[in-house]
Amino acid sequence: MSPIHDQSYRHYGGTKAAPGHAWAVIATAGLRTFLRRRAFLGIMLFALFPFIVRAVQLYIAANVAQASIIAAGPQTFRQFLEQQDFFVFVITVYVGAGLIANDRRANALQIYLSKPLMRTEYIFGKLAVLVVFLLSVTLVPAILLLLLKIVFDGSFAFLRANLFLIPAIVVASLLQVLLASFTMLALSSLSKSARFVGILYVGITFFTSAIYGALYAITGTSRVSWVSIGANLTQVVDVIFRQPPRYATPWQVSLLVIIGLVAVSLSILERRVRGVEVVT
Amino acid sequence: METAVSPAAPSPPSETPSVVELDNVTVRYGTNDALANVSARFARGAVGLLGPNGAGKSTMLKALLGFLAPSQGHMRVLGIDVAKDPLGIRARLGYMPESDAHIPGMNAVSFVAYCGELAGLPPVDAMQRSHEVLQYVGLGEARYRNVETYSTGMKQRIKLAQAIVHDPDLLFLDEPTNGMDPKGRDEMLELVRDLAHNKGVSLILSSHLLPDVEYTCDDVVIMKKARVTAQGPIAELKGPAGRTFELRIKGDLPGFMQVLHGEGMTLRETDEDVVRVFVPGSGDQKAIFDAAARFGVQIRHLRSSVQTLEQVFVKAVGED
Repeated sequence: MSPIHDQSYRHYGGTKAAPGHAWAVIATAGLRTFLRRRAFLGIMLFALFPFIVRAVQLYIAANVAQASIIAAGPQTFRQFLEQQDFFVFVITVYVGAGLIANDRRANALQIYLSKPLMRTEYIFGKLAVLVVFLLSVTLVPAILLLLLKIVFDGSFAFLRANLFLIPAIVVASLLQVLLASFTMLALSSLSKSARFVGILYVGITFFTSAIYGALYAITGTSRVSWVSIGANLTQVVDVIFRQPPRYATPWQVSLLVIIGLVAVSLSILERRVRGVEVVT
Repeated sequence: METAVSPAAPSPPSETPSVVELDNVTVRYGTNDALANVSARFARGAVGLLGPNGAGKSTMLKALLGFLAPSQGHMRVLGIDVAKDPLGIRARLGYMPESDAHIPGMNAVSFVAYCGELAGLPPVDAMQRSHEVLQYVGLGEARYRNVETYSTGMKQRIKLAQAIVHDPDLLFLDEPTNGMDPKGRDEMLELVRDLAHNKGVSLILSSHLLPDVEYTCDDVVIMKKARVTAQGPIAELKGPAGRTFELRIKGDLPGFMQVLHGEGMTLRETDEDVVRVFVPGSGDQKAIFDAAARFGVQIRHLRSSVQTLEQVFVKAVGED
């Protein structure tokens, strides 16, 4: 051994993880990045407000006999998820717009993909960032509300009578979150500007709703609601919660449109997330 | 011909242990061949990948990384088939891309540590290695600055840092001195040379700058228009054992050239009345003087001429 400590380049003698875990590294770094931003923490706290209001409603309904008018039913959980649509939209734009666009701007894809990770791992890591934040304002508070309902009632009677609520909350939340996440991630892979991607997402969301509004005014029927992304989601989630559907479009059609959107998003991601951009 | 370099596609030397092998590899962009039936061997140590812009150097590196799938042929890196185990290769490989590249929103130490984690290092080790390699590449003082505020030279250094943080066995360096000032360029070349010659890291240095390759590398692969036109140890490519002389005489030049040719020397006329004479073997100029004395011509000028990598390159890419 040399008596002089080598402060220059040294070989690494420690352990290395086998390939397959890089998505977790990407996801953790992404989550940390946003949790350090005060503006984002403000949005997340604001997104808890409907949960607090609903929790108070459940408490009063369970403890004050005169307040039975506000007693919670299965539709309460459907309404809660619908209220969270706004926060899902805001968080999707705030977090998702730059997830891939910023990497494309900084040519980071060739750095990522020169490491031992597959393209699917990269996409999954980025997707996980958005999915975790969105589930924390949909699935997590909705399940907590169900638990609070049981606690405040002091019995499992409500849950036993509405056992479908657990899978309904899980499936509806996942549908809502995955549709937003895949769509936004695909849009983010199309541009190097996060701002442009954000505007594009907002534009598509409002444009499809506006088109539906115009068609409804012309035709007088809600059978054309399948052109609106939001209406399709509403239609399917209503069915999941065993509520009467709001539109005349068959829910199967709405589900097909949602599946189609996710498939198109995956196809875009497959083409755009590459170590080298080939222009022929 | 006075040189060992042939403009025709050379057969790769197979006796030396190689870290990268390409066999009849073709990569197409649409209808254009970016690599056309390329066969090459990259020996251990430092190998320069030389060629004019658009020759296919970067395409070759990207194909070896698995970014581009060849339409035909086989590639092996560190003995692993690129098509079968690209992740296994990338785990042992470091890549310094040509263009500016970083992870947005991170300072240098976080960026390099992040790259280490992506390569499989535990977070604590990745952070420690990050500090070490940033010190090594000369960014120790600036390691807490956001990478986006770095100058061009600093960005080149941090690209090298992220490529070596996980201690790769093989490095792909794509134009590592691009945009650097002379001092920074010298320092970067010193780092590259140190890694290859003192730290035991094999590397492929893609560049169109001949002095960079000549200073840092022992072997070279020269490309032109998607094909390999020459490859091997630089010393060998510069010429076989022997010496080249520039010769000017007074007397019958064509006749004297025939005499020298008869003595086993190789000759090439250049501009005006100067002839390049390659004397094989020990390369003693006495053979030229003896022939001149016998033939009765007077030597007016005789100067030893050493072939440079530039001459090898010019011949290999067919420019003169």
